[in-house]
Amino acid sequence: MTNFDFIEMKFPAKAEYVGVARLSISGIANRMGFTYEDIEDLKVAISEAITNAVTHAYHEDDKGEVTIGFGVYENRLEVMVADHGGSFNLNEIKNGIGPYKSNESVENLREGGFGLFLINALMDKVQINNNFGVIVLMTKYLNETEVGFDDDQISTTQ
Amino acid sequence: MNLVIDIVDENRKSIVNLSGEIDAYTAPKLKEAILPLTKHSGHLVEVNLEEVNYMDSTGLGIFISALKSTKENDSQMKLANLQDRVLRLFKITGLDNIIEINAAIRGGNE
Repeated sequence: MTNFDFIEMKFPAKAEYVGVARLSISGIANRMGFTYEDIEDLKVAISEAITNAVTHAYHEDDKGEVTIGFGVYENRLEVMVADHGGSFNLNEIKNGIGPYKSNESVENLREGGFGLFLINALMDKVQINNNFGVIVLMTKYLNETEVGFDDDQISTTQ
Repeated sequence: MNLVIDIVDENRKSIVNLSGEIDAYTAPKLKEAILPLTKHSGHLVEVNLEEVNYMDSTGLGIFISALKSTKENDSQMKLANLQDRVLRLFKITGLDNIIEINAAIRGGNE
């Protein structure tokens, strides 16, 4: 159970690297045997986490790094996104998320704040640590049939 | 990992053909292109997302601000030809009830 591979990457906290992180997670998840749909979910989730880090933490100056860790387990992928630059008000953000209701007037629509909501919707487990900078830890499980396909022994009895 | 924006102006209508990815990097460029089109009263802005294969909340934010601008300026915006994955984000967030989305969806229903 404790046996897993760990991959760590550091990116400059700049928006142009969000796409590179998407390619990375796509490659890792594909190797693990995630479905196309799950890989697309992972791409959105990691982008949202990094976008948060890039836009909130390093608003003032453009310096800083975002650290991304991938824990590759047999049955799941854990993704950690951390910025150690600054922090944003977590409660404020939590209060501002959620789906729209069709009766809300257009004037009151929020233009931001969807990031964490989407991460929650697309991942199986999400934890956020806001003590030193912001760390988002999110998990997506391989479902059972996919684990089966990922085994080395593809052939069945013939 | 880029976004190509091609705008075709007709009489009272602009068609915005997008191709590529909408994320934190490309979003500012898209906002700059779309918002001015919504400033003319009576104008229709039709956004063709057929070639957009990735979008996240930064894209949602732009379409929300564009929608707000259409209400302020008495113009109109429609999104068309969304790929399944992109449409899904509008559904999860409930925005599909608020933004006009063309029913002709590529790739069928979920």
